[in-house]
Amino acid sequence: MEYAISTRELTRRFGDFTAVDSLTMDIIPGEICGFLGPNGAGKSTAIRMLCGILAPSSGMATVLGYDLLRETEKIKPKIAYMSQKFSLYDDLSVIQNLDFYAGIYSISARHRRKRMQEMLELAQLTGREKDLVANLSSGYKQRLALAAAIIADPELVFLDEPTSGVSPTSRRQFFEIIKTLAEKGTTVIVTTHFMDEAERCDRIAFINQGKLMALDAPDQLKQQFIAGCMVELTPPDPINYLDQLSSLPYVKETSLHGSQIHVLLAHEEYMSQLARDCGHTPEPIEPSLEDVFIHIARLRKEGGVS
Amino acid sequence: MDRILAVLKKEFLQIRRDRMTLGIVLMIPLIQLLLFGYAIQTEVKHIPTTVFDQSLSAQSRDMLEAFTASGYFDVTMTADSYDVVTHNIDSGQAKVGIIFPPDFAHNLKRGTSAQVQVIVDASDSLLANQAIATANSIGLIKSQQILVQKMPSRQLPYDIRVRPWYNPDGITAYFMVPAILGIVVTMTMVILTSVAIVRERERGTLEQLLVTPIKPLELMIGKILPYIAMGYIQITVALLVGVLVFHVPIRGSLLQLYLLTLFFITASLGLGLMISNIAKNQMQAFQMSFFVMLPSILLSGFMFPRAAMPRFIYYLSDIIPLTYYLDIIRGIILKGIGFEYLIGQVTALLVFSIFFLVISTLKFKKKIV
Ligand SMILES: Nc1ncnc2c1ncn2[C@@H]1O[C@H](COP(=O)(O)OP(=O)(O)OP(=O)(O)O)[C@@H](O)[C@H]1O
Ligand SMILES: [Mg+2]
Repeated sequence: MEYAISTRELTRRFGDFTAVDSLTMDIIPGEICGFLGPNGAGKSTAIRMLCGILAPSSGMATVLGYDLLRETEKIKPKIAYMSQKFSLYDDLSVIQNLDFYAGIYSISARHRRKRMQEMLELAQLTGREKDLVANLSSGYKQRLALAAAIIADPELVFLDEPTSGVSPTSRRQFFEIIKTLAEKGTTVIVTTHFMDEAERCDRIAFINQGKLMALDAPDQLKQQFIAGCMVELTPPDPINYLDQLSSLPYVKETSLHGSQIHVLLAHEEYMSQLARDCGHTPEPIEPSLEDVFIHIARLRKEGGVS
Repeated sequence: MDRILAVLKKEFLQIRRDRMTLGIVLMIPLIQLLLFGYAIQTEVKHIPTTVFDQSLSAQSRDMLEAFTASGYFDVTMTADSYDVVTHNIDSGQAKVGIIFPPDFAHNLKRGTSAQVQVIVDASDSLLANQAIATANSIGLIKSQQILVQKMPSRQLPYDIRVRPWYNPDGITAYFMVPAILGIVVTMTMVILTSVAIVRERERGTLEQLLVTPIKPLELMIGKILPYIAMGYIQITVALLVGVLVFHVPIRGSLLQLYLLTLFFITASLGLGLMISNIAKNQMQAFQMSFFVMLPSILLSGFMFPRAAMPRFIYYLSDIIPLTYYLDIIRGIILKGIGFEYLIGQVTALLVFSIFFLVISTLKFKKKIV
């Protein structure tokens, strides 16, 4: 199978600092791949390299079958990119922005009207064509930015934190659009800090300190990294309780989630013992992606991941 | 082609929306022309003058009449002693003092040289030069009149006639207005385009553009074209002011002026674009624009005649587009000459335009950082 993206040891340094460190990954055509990682992990840097607007320091990659270094301009007509920062023209209207990108992607006059109409619908801005972009709310802005980016019907779409700073409703709507795109065969790379969005991706790439820590489907990741039984405790003073819990021999890991503590037990049968030791009844829970995330981040700090 | 058109259209829409740019394009030529046109009158007339007439004769009155009739001297104060003359000039109330000695009329009648003392406050050299030159020629003219009356042949031995061509009345505005027009155009064109790329970089819209199939040359051309129209609007406004307010005669072909101006506009836009591709942010772009505009104004022959410049500076002024445009615009407007005399200048501007555009295109990498 030909991968949509295939990178080998792709690296980007800024001075002494390595923002993306030997990234090797293959992206399957038509999948939604979520890039997950803490701030400064190198997600945006990786995406910029794959879009051809940031030169890699070393390594190589093919995007849609083209060599990233030598055939950058052949890739561009077939990809779309939505940067982390809003990047439409604030001082132009909705339709003027769409028209501009339709022109930039050389969409023929014959198809242009129809395509722009479709994009307006996608952004839910039909009827507001003449509105100044500066006056749109952030949810509309994000959808319009996506619409402008994908106006040429690209095969591969990069979305860098498309849903940061928009309302939960807008976030859901946005992800619906992403799903629709993927169903039509478009490959989507999306970065996010939201676990619910991550859960909806086909696969997740965990990136930490420039390195790819894991790349797999959400359920696979949970199974792979969370070995044991995850339970939840709701003690009155959770923060001070953490150390005490961690010192118990059968507790593998603890983490704080608001007023709850997630405790990873070596095995299910320790549940009753935990109840006795701490005086609270633990609730067994499905491990979330966040638990996986925390687990992987810890592994990295302790210097041990295969 | 689609892409150039898309950029061009977008730039037009943005310019139309941006009151600031429109203001710059329309107001700068108006304000600059009116300010400079009136202020840099290098001709100084109506100089306040104090007179100490010890002769009090028909002859001294006749001579004084000649001074005031020239229009350069206004007798604002009379004095009755040297001290008063000194005081009037020291205090700045008068810039020139004219003193007739007691024997003025007597000497004239006797046929010996009759002295008139003209004291000039030379701290303002422009004014002083004008006053001295005018006083000298008044003296000469008056002497000639007397000589002619006395000479039997009634013919002067020498008759040198100087004819100031192209601007026979020596009106400064004629000379200055075309030059200011050139400066205004190059200044606004450079400043407007110098932010063209860097502004998109700062706003983050450039990053989006870089991911599209647009080619650097397409972007550059699309960005430049709308400003050519702006340049022509400016030229038109400035010419109207020149003709209507300063009565500058346009002796040459207006059509040729407009055609040849194209090369100057493109050279200026190219320069601005090059700055925009080099500058890291809008602030830097502004600073660099001013850095290149200053020598343009000083060395192009706008302020100081190039012929009087030291060798090195003279050659330096060869690499300033404005230098060539001043030849073109002064040539067409004042001398009424045509394209055939200006081929060299036009070629130079064309070379500048291409050079700046090529550098801009090469300098523009489709990469961030
Ligand atoms: N142009 C640059 N010059 C220097 N350092 C940079 C540059 N771009 C990014 N970095 C650094 O590289 C690291 C990774 O940045 P990047 O933007 O890729 O992180 P990220 O995973 O996208 O983070 P976030 O979730 O905050 O968007 C950061 O430490 C950042 O400071
Ligand atoms: Mg980022």
